[in-house]
Amino acid sequence: MEILKIDNVSLIYQTDEAETHALNDVNLSIEDGEFVAIIGPSGCGKTTILTLISGLMKPTSGAIYLDGKVIDKPVGDIGYMLQRDHLFPWRTILSNALLGPELQKKKTPETVAYVNELIEKYGLGEFKKAYPRQLSGGMRQRAALIRTLAYRPKILLLDEPFSALDYQTRLAVCDDVHRIIKSEKKTAVLVTHDISEAISLADRIVVLSARPATVKKIYEPGIEGTPLKRREDKSFSRWFDTIYKDIST
Amino acid sequence: MKKILTLREQYLLDKRKNKIKIIAIQLAVLILFFGLWELLAQTGAIDPFFTSSPSRMLKTLKTLAGQDLFKHIGTTLLECICGFIIATVAGTVIAILLWWSSTLRKVTEPYIVVLNSLPKIALGPVIIIWMGAGYGAIITMTVLICIIVTIMSVLAGFMECDEDKILLMRAMGANKFQILFKLLLPSSIPNLISVLKINVGLSWVGVIMGEYLVSSAGLGYLIIYGGQVFKLDLVMASTLILCLLAALMYFSVALVEKHVKKSR
Ligand SMILES: Nc1ncnc2c1ncn2[C@@H]1O[C@H](COP(=O)(O)OP(=O)(O)OP(=O)(O)O)[C@@H](O)[C@H]1O
Ligand SMILES: [Mg+2]
Repeated sequence: MEILKIDNVSLIYQTDEAETHALNDVNLSIEDGEFVAIIGPSGCGKTTILTLISGLMKPTSGAIYLDGKVIDKPVGDIGYMLQRDHLFPWRTILSNALLGPELQKKKTPETVAYVNELIEKYGLGEFKKAYPRQLSGGMRQRAALIRTLAYRPKILLLDEPFSALDYQTRLAVCDDVHRIIKSEKKTAVLVTHDISEAISLADRIVVLSARPATVKKIYEPGIEGTPLKRREDKSFSRWFDTIYKDIST
Repeated sequence: MKKILTLREQYLLDKRKNKIKIIAIQLAVLILFFGLWELLAQTGAIDPFFTSSPSRMLKTLKTLAGQDLFKHIGTTLLECICGFIIATVAGTVIAILLWWSSTLRKVTEPYIVVLNSLPKIALGPVIIIWMGAGYGAIITMTVLICIIVTIMSVLAGFMECDEDKILLMRAMGANKFQILFKLLLPSSIPNLISVLKINVGLSWVGVIMGEYLVSSAGLGYLIIYGGQVFKLDLVMASTLILCLLAALMYFSVALVEKHVKKSR
């Protein structure tokens, strides 16, 4: 079932200095439960696509539909995860995770129980009462993911969520995030410029052209398993080469 | 037999020793200063009529304590604390309004810049005429001196807040009130505390300036009065009390800071 539809979306930024044509007729359809990676050259408009999906900005032309309804303002059914975790240092991990339900006035006993369960299930149980600074970078990113899951968003937007981590941690967190998103059966859109990250995480990979971005190619590598497993698959490097050529030409 | 210390114990011991040393030297400087002052005055090397001396200050304080010293202290302290609180609260509220409305912020910007560089004492006569020569004028002067700095620093703190954090909250469906109360204010607490510290200093400037202009009571009044009748003992003694009060207020804020830091 289609959950998200990006229909002929274009976007032009207006600033004092210039007009920037960021997106040009982008079309994309995303199925429920799918993990899609968007990849493209630096500055091509990847973040812009996520901002549009979140409803924080309106497309210059075209429209985006979530569950068949046009998105035109943020309504809180979208989970955002960024490069840095942005946990609030004055809140404990539990209270950080409850931020979303609190803002949406949905902090019911059952939501609290659900959030507690998520924290336990994904290995942060003993850090519930801890403050973010007491956690490692990888654990903080996991806590940030739990915070976005807490208000049960329909779709998760991940904007290079691993790029601030060191290589070892990045592989581990990649695995964590993949496992959590799959076991919660969430739809996810990941933006990255790391090709191997895209192949190891996504079911489908959307390659964008340089700015103004349009959808250039869509691949379905069909490799199964955890990100670490996929990196060992024999077709991995072939996919890498294909996508690399697409991006650099 | 001497106990052998571990590296850690040695480090802690050294650190404590060093701290004691600093405090001892600080005390010694203070004692030396007053001692020398007293000595020079006693031996006639300086004229206590112009410089006063610790013993004469003490005597003055004793007589004053029997009369109305505490009324003067109370007056000044009350004016100072009122001005401090009004300026901090009102300044913060105005900063919130300016953050809320970017139109308001842009419109008021040049006025705030001008008010900031204006020496507030120039408004003294106007304040006296409008507020009358009394507490009102003094507190107004104090508020004027503190409030502009408060507005500017609190607003700067708000504007510095991480854009991405705001974006995250908006994506979660937060409204402007929630962004203010759940993000901006809590993340501004260190900034608010440094504003408090600045205002402690500035509110004393305001109060004493105010009392120089108008007043029939207060430490500023005692200092001015003492100067006019050439009673240097009174001037020096009042200044000393002022020093103590200012220090006391500063340390109260420092205590608040310590408490807040601990609970975060
Ligand atoms: N708020 C804005 N105002 C004006 N121009 C913008 C704005 N945001 C982005 N742009 C411009 O639009 C283009 C696309 O930006 P975007 O951030 O979407 O790219 P990106 O693919 O996410 O880049 P990166 O790889 O650096 O993350 C860039 O040229 C950028 O300079
Ligand atoms: Mg980006």
